[in-house]
Amino acid sequence: MENLCGTMVRIISYAVIMIIFGFANAIIMGYLERKLAARIQRRPGPMEVGPHGIYQLFVDGIKIIGKQLIVPRDVDGVLFRIAPLLAFAPVVLPFIVIPFSQKLQARDFNLGLLFIVTIASINVLTIVIAGWASNNKYSLFGAMRSVAQNISFEVPVLISILCIALMTRTYSMQGIVEAQGTVWFILIQPVAFIIYFIAGLAETNRNPFDLPEAESELTAGFHTEYSGFGFSLFVIAEYANMFLVCSIATVLFLGGWHGIPLPFFEYTGAVWFLAKVYILMVIMVWIRWTFPRVRFDQLLNFSWKYLIPFSLVNLLLTAICIKLFPLLKEMI
Amino acid sequence: MTNEQRTAEQLTAKQLTPEQETAEQHRFYLNLGPQHPSTHGVLRVVLEMDGEWVLNPQPDIGFGHRMHEKMGESRSWSQFFANVGRMDYVNAMAFNHGYAGLIERAAGIEVPLRAEYIRVITAELNRVASHLLWLGAFILDLGAFTPILYTFDDRESILDILEDITGSRLTYSYFRVGGVMKDIDDTFIEKTRGFIQQLRSRFPMYETLVNNNVILHHRMKGIAVISEDMARQYGVTGAVLRGSGIAYDVRKNAPYSVYPEFNFDVPVGKNGDCMDRYLVKFAEMEQSLRIIEQALDKLPEGEFRTKVKGKIKLKPGMTSFSVETARGELTFLLIGDGSEVPYRLKIRVPSFSNLSVMPDLCSDMLLSDLVTTMGSFDLVIPEIDR
Repeated sequence: MENLCGTMVRIISYAVIMIIFGFANAIIMGYLERKLAARIQRRPGPMEVGPHGIYQLFVDGIKIIGKQLIVPRDVDGVLFRIAPLLAFAPVVLPFIVIPFSQKLQARDFNLGLLFIVTIASINVLTIVIAGWASNNKYSLFGAMRSVAQNISFEVPVLISILCIALMTRTYSMQGIVEAQGTVWFILIQPVAFIIYFIAGLAETNRNPFDLPEAESELTAGFHTEYSGFGFSLFVIAEYANMFLVCSIATVLFLGGWHGIPLPFFEYTGAVWFLAKVYILMVIMVWIRWTFPRVRFDQLLNFSWKYLIPFSLVNLLLTAICIKLFPLLKEMI
Repeated sequence: MTNEQRTAEQLTAKQLTPEQETAEQHRFYLNLGPQHPSTHGVLRVVLEMDGEWVLNPQPDIGFGHRMHEKMGESRSWSQFFANVGRMDYVNAMAFNHGYAGLIERAAGIEVPLRAEYIRVITAELNRVASHLLWLGAFILDLGAFTPILYTFDDRESILDILEDITGSRLTYSYFRVGGVMKDIDDTFIEKTRGFIQQLRSRFPMYETLVNNNVILHHRMKGIAVISEDMARQYGVTGAVLRGSGIAYDVRKNAPYSVYPEFNFDVPVGKNGDCMDRYLVKFAEMEQSLRIIEQALDKLPEGEFRTKVKGKIKLKPGMTSFSVETARGELTFLLIGDGSEVPYRLKIRVPSFSNLSVMPDLCSDMLLSDLVTTMGSFDLVIPEIDR
């Protein structure tokens, strides 16, 4: 009984912390994105609320909570209401296995990497639910596009993850980070990193692959009919998803929490981890505001004709090298 | 009758095979507009779709119909003059030029040389402003948000320059029958020269960052090809026609005002796809700058306006006057009956005939390509609706 109580407390505190973290991440990224976009477009961006507008996103959050939730007449009421909640749930769960530092990790189990990939795929379903329930042709278009896009881009993501798993012989996130003590895997597996990052952009529906919400074609895609907090939950989920994709990239390729040692490094390693994650996210923002959108068929072609073959070749080469190097060592 | 009932009835009438029947059932209708970000106005396009494929797009126009032609038939020129600028608010100066030229021709009024030069300078400045707006909006249609803020920055300088002499920023009504409203001064000339320098320094940036973008090439090359024949059949004009390889520009082929005195080229494309239309429009900005530069150099001294009454007797019979707007050929056709008010005023606007290609051109095309094509046409909807 005592054991169960402890578990419950742990689960609840974890959930609260992670939801707060999800919102905080959305606020930080929302501000960063608006400021960076403004910098790219040579304008100041938010400046009015607080110094350099740093309170802008809090004010926006309060405003958006106060908005009326409009449920159009002909929508599927139940699905329409739960879709934003479902969008938020699967992006909070995978944070269980993300190693922020050596000790800052909720659970480290030996299938952590697969766990993340599995949970993250649920994201598509929520977009489909939102698109279908909205009873709007544009929303349905967005949902259709998002399914095709996520299915075809999950394959290169998995294959490039597999390359790392082959090298480290583990799916444990902590194990993969510890394997990069001497050299980060981005130097050994640059191709896998590039493929993972491009496919990650597509997974998070970010420009140039933001087809499910292409505003010039589909008005706002799958969240056309959403307003108020329903809409903002989708946005928060998108930022949380970005964080997830970037933190996997950091764990797999950029050495996780490794960096210049700080005092209490078992905990302060999180500084390096977060720095790397946010640098990757800033790159995503940079790409978003400087590239036009690709067309739907080009997007799928790009995945099936370029990313998947390249990642398969990369996987094969990795496998061969792993077998060959011990043999060569023996021969010498 | 609902759509489903109608389709069901058509199916029984047509005696289709089962395969055809499922294909028919997969079709649905999508309303693009009247409120849609990429129609740039109140245009509704009814799309017959099969998945992402557009089978049959039918533009539905007239939401912004304001009876400009009819109003022109019940008013003298001074009462109607402000209306013409409202038809194409993006390139209002060219419309003013067309109407002023029409009345001058119909009433036999001579315009001082200085006024003609001022007209060319301001009209070309406005043309560049229109092209800059289009450049940003077109790239925005393709999904890149940033360029529009840069082009708006440049366009802002033009609007500031024009505001100084015309008093307004969008619908100028700066021209008058017999000249222009106000003379230009040295500060205007100085500012315009400064602007030419400024925009020329921006062109390399647009070229490297926008025109050479790989995704942009993939989105525009080979999309919506208009052949020479097709362009002639539909009577498209402007960059849409020149993109198909026909070097027709009213300023060159049927010169008006003082255009014959300037050196400038007519950029043409080869393939007639979106890329060519884009490059033609892009190159036209430089040609407009060349015209402005030469006009500023040659600007003669003298009167800027001959005094003309608000009501002039128009000669009986037909008169027409064509100008080149940023979108193509604009023709005013007037039938006079000897009074101050035209008996009939017909306005031929470029966007209308450019849009008429769409049902033919955009059948069997992806939705994204349809948006690209509409962007490359540079439509201004109030001009179509009139």
